[in-house]
Amino acid sequence: MSGSIPINLQTSNKPGQEKKASGDSKAVRIVLTAIALLFFTVMLLIPLISVFVKAFEQGAGVYFAAISDPIALAAIKLTLLTIAIVVPVNTVFGLVAAWAVAKFKFKGKNLLVTIIDLPFAISPVVAGLIFVLLFSTSHGILAGLLNELGLKIIFAPPGIILATLFVTLPFVARELIPLMESQGTAEEEAALTLGASGFKTFWLITLPNIKWALLYGVMLTAARAAGEFGAVSVVSGHIRGLTNTVPLHVEILYNEYKFSAAFAVASLLTVIAIINLIIKNISDWKIKQQFK
Amino acid sequence: MAKRKLTRVALVILSLILSTSVLAGCGDSSNTASASSASGNAASVSSADSSKSVTLLNVSYDPTRELYQAYNEAFVKYWKDKTGQDVTVQQSHGGSGSQARTVIDGNEADVVTLALAYDIDSINTNKELINKEWQKRLPNNSTPYTSTIVFLVRKGNPKNIKDWDDLVKPGIQVITPNPKTSGGARWNYLAAWGYSLKQNNNDQEKAKEFVKALFANVPVLDSGARGATTTFVERGLGDVLIAWENEAFLSINELGKDKFEIVVPSVSILAEPPVSVVDSVVDKKGTRKVAEAYLEYLYSDEGQEIAAKNYYRPRNETIAKKYENQFPQINLFTIDEEFGGWTKAQKEHFDDGGVFDQIYVKK
Repeated sequence: MSGSIPINLQTSNKPGQEKKASGDSKAVRIVLTAIALLFFTVMLLIPLISVFVKAFEQGAGVYFAAISDPIALAAIKLTLLTIAIVVPVNTVFGLVAAWAVAKFKFKGKNLLVTIIDLPFAISPVVAGLIFVLLFSTSHGILAGLLNELGLKIIFAPPGIILATLFVTLPFVARELIPLMESQGTAEEEAALTLGASGFKTFWLITLPNIKWALLYGVMLTAARAAGEFGAVSVVSGHIRGLTNTVPLHVEILYNEYKFSAAFAVASLLTVIAIINLIIKNISDWKIKQQFK
Repeated sequence: MAKRKLTRVALVILSLILSTSVLAGCGDSSNTASASSASGNAASVSSADSSKSVTLLNVSYDPTRELYQAYNEAFVKYWKDKTGQDVTVQQSHGGSGSQARTVIDGNEADVVTLALAYDIDSINTNKELINKEWQKRLPNNSTPYTSTIVFLVRKGNPKNIKDWDDLVKPGIQVITPNPKTSGGARWNYLAAWGYSLKQNNNDQEKAKEFVKALFANVPVLDSGARGATTTFVERGLGDVLIAWENEAFLSINELGKDKFEIVVPSVSILAEPPVSVVDSVVDKKGTRKVAEAYLEYLYSDEGQEIAAKNYYRPRNETIAKKYENQFPQINLFTIDEEFGGWTKAQKEHFDDGGVFDQIYVKK
């Protein structure tokens, strides 16, 4: 109940603030916009464009040859497999965690929130080394078990998937928690009072409320899963056609003086980033609409 | 109302996609599991049944990418003709020390082809994965090709770099990778040390001063030889790159003779990058026969030709004669002569608290 009131206050405040800002002198506004645009162009737009320029430097033939090379295809396949596993798992985890944190009061809540943030705080290299420490078949903590079962985790696709799962764990939960907290539990409580089941409440009330933030969290997870370099590099072993993901393949091509090919493959990652930005904008806009 | 319905449909579709991808994920992981067990079977069967294909993993160091790309093609053909068996060779490249590390950590390399003997020795750090006498198993200390250390400078040699002495002059920027992780960097370091010994009547203190002055001119330490090369040629950093001879030739060929030139110092070190089968892995996978043949074929005429074409100095004298003009004559000393072997050199110079730590930290 109490949660819904501040929300209304906040949203009704916002237009007022915007008016005040636009009431400032015109010159300030123009200068600020110009600085922002200039910065955006120098820092983001030019580097992005240069990736594509370099990628097509030797013509479209080289570009498509680089992408359709069997080793590149294997890298793309591995990256897609990683996304296909990591995104659903972390989406479910993120939903559950955000739901628990935002809608319930319980002991250890702060601890849970801190743990969710842990992968943000740890350097990816350390994250990778943690998995080496656990799953190394020669000196890992689980070495005995792995050897008995004949399993290979690191220097094989499972290790890459685990490392990616680790570094992308917070994204969905982090997107959802603030939104769900600000929405409060009033609507859910109303639904439950009116006799809806828990699942029905989730399906008809909670999910529609958070769907755009959820989508954005999913996109962030997918983008990071595709682009993760550090942690994956540690557990990969860099075996061509087997444990190289797209970012690792880019590095290999670059180190082999195949610059155009490297940037051709890199442009795939850039495209993912751009799609991601577009979806972010749509979801931001939709969230705003929701509050109007 | 219509909007509600639309959202609902969208959500159902979304959840369907998610659940199918979860299922696909599970399916995939079980597939890979069965595939790997199948390939495991194939490997163990292969020694008896030559029609089954087999996969080798060659964990190698940085500059051998082009060499093994060419050599693998030749070996696959040779093995197919000889036994009828299909073999696939997977490659992994990186700094020699870090590559050895991945094998220690459980990367299942059938063969290792590293920059120096010490890195292969170090694979036995935790437990013996490779027979201790590995270096005696193949001719020439298990080194099918050799190389040396030379300088790469920018076209026209603007800083007039002729010999090791010029690298310690003030204002010269020297690019060399980190001796802690890179095999090539250790050869570079020892070559400089050996040069100073020869100049100063084997005075170790003077050699230490010399190498210290050299590393004071190094602005950045890359982790591998290839990283150092790209720093020099692509990022345009530094006046001189200390590099493997093969790496120097390759960068000139890949990036144009109009940009760089090679300077050959008066004295350098005979760099011997050795090869070995990893016994614990080939016995487990049942790939010993093909893995041994893979290394032995490096000594064949074809293997030696491929090495020479990729600017490694061949061991075979006839082939060496044929490519004689390609390789400049240098006065070469060996690590055994000047440093008493790799184990001693490693302990004195590159282990924690060794000479390199003393001179580089104090910089």
